[in-house]
Amino acid sequence: MSIVSVQNVSKFFYRHAGQMLLRQRLVHLFRRSPRERFYALRDVSFAIEHGESLGIMGHNGAGKSTLLNIATSLCTPNEGSVTVNGRVAALLELGSGFHPDLTGAENVRVNAALLGLTRRQAGERFDEIIEFSELKDVIDEPLRTYSSGMTMRLAFSVAINVDPDILIIDEVLGVGDQSFSAKCSERILKFREAGKAMLVVSHSLATLKNLCDWGLWLDHGRVARVGPIREVIEAYEDHGLEQAVANGR
Amino acid sequence: MLSMWNGDPLFLLQNLVLKDFRIRYRNMSLGVLWSLLNPIVMMGVLTFVFTKVFPNPDRQFPVFVLCGLVPYSFFTVAWSTGTTSIVDSTGLVKRVPLPREIVPIASVLSNCLHLLIQILLLLFLIVAFGNGVNIQWAWLPLLWVLEIIFVCGLSLITSTINVHIRDTRYVVESINSVLFWLVPIFYSFDIISKRYAEYYQFNPLAAMVLCLRAILLHHQAPHPGTLLKLAAVSCGMFVVGLVVFRRWKHTFYEYI
Repeated sequence: MSIVSVQNVSKFFYRHAGQMLLRQRLVHLFRRSPRERFYALRDVSFAIEHGESLGIMGHNGAGKSTLLNIATSLCTPNEGSVTVNGRVAALLELGSGFHPDLTGAENVRVNAALLGLTRRQAGERFDEIIEFSELKDVIDEPLRTYSSGMTMRLAFSVAINVDPDILIIDEVLGVGDQSFSAKCSERILKFREAGKAMLVVSHSLATLKNLCDWGLWLDHGRVARVGPIREVIEAYEDHGLEQAVANGR
Repeated sequence: MLSMWNGDPLFLLQNLVLKDFRIRYRNMSLGVLWSLLNPIVMMGVLTFVFTKVFPNPDRQFPVFVLCGLVPYSFFTVAWSTGTTSIVDSTGLVKRVPLPREIVPIASVLSNCLHLLIQILLLLFLIVAFGNGVNIQWAWLPLLWVLEIIFVCGLSLITSTINVHIRDTRYVVESINSVLFWLVPIFYSFDIISKRYAEYYQFNPLAAMVLCLRAILLHHQAPHPGTLLKLAAVSCGMFVVGLVVFRRWKHTFYEYI
């Protein structure tokens, strides 16, 4: 059984969906003008088995983040289906729910609960999380006194210690300084060796090549290519070159 | 909707409420004193107007007013924060696959410390005005729980509407200021015509004030009919709230 399976998924948004005042609602109610659709994803399919990892690439606005949000059930596809078997930890935006006025320790507890840890798990892993972040000395200071690198380190430490079956990473690697970054990569590799699945979005092709076995290239919401990571990256890079040439450079 | 979040909802709720408490009270130099100041000032003003400006011999008038003010001010504050809760926590709703019902409920519950302080003030003044503690006080926890359930249900509905129509919060604010006159805060329930009195008790806020006064000022158990209406409307509102919220929560991603 696939751990994540996405089948023929399409997702569209309406243009001008940002207008949410009463006046516009009423105008819309009486005029019934058809709203223009904008497809973020069209007919995307892929599946990941245990121990596999998939790297997703594509230019800005190609639908990468929408795809991850659909895989984590944050938004529902208009067509197609998504099945996920296991506990997901999504590193979509590190430190969601962090508040500057709370101390590091308090933020860790809130974040752990948000990411789905139970009271017992949160208690057990608390020391491990602090240990990993290397922020023990300042953990009782308010978060607003932290540097942005320190905040990110704390957030990453919570997320990686949730111990999920599927890890979803959206452009959040390269957190903190070099030694911490290396520590994160090491931890992620260990995670892969444990037979867990990973979905990674990144613009850094080197990162993808390191972390993933499979690649998926999204172009304007459609799958341009899917296959072994090296082949997909090559095709993606060639395409980039061709475009640069076509633009006259 | 798939549920991919398999954490502990109660643990999360507790953490979110605690977070709100900490943020709110850490940034106030006088801390909980602010929770006391507002009802005392309102009580003083209303007492002055309705005993001195309009003569009224009732010596109990200050606590009579406070029995109305405490549930009213909790209701208005909790409802308006509940209404804007989803739009205010975009970061959570769009980025973390948590059960979204928790967001408005946590925002209502985070007003409860404030409420507790005001209830203690009310009970203290009740005793100070010569009304003893009596066995009927045992009803109080149930009454407050019912009011909280009612506000949670209402907030689930209005927070959903507020995502789609951002004017909702202003409508809520207007309703709140009208309610000050519609709920028997500075007048007695007796002046409402017998014809409407029975139906009027379906307003949970009015029923709440009625029950509080029966218990605290007249040392009587709340009228069973009133209590039943309060319970039915509160629980009913909560169920409707959940149904409405679940029906539309999948649309939140696109609209906030």
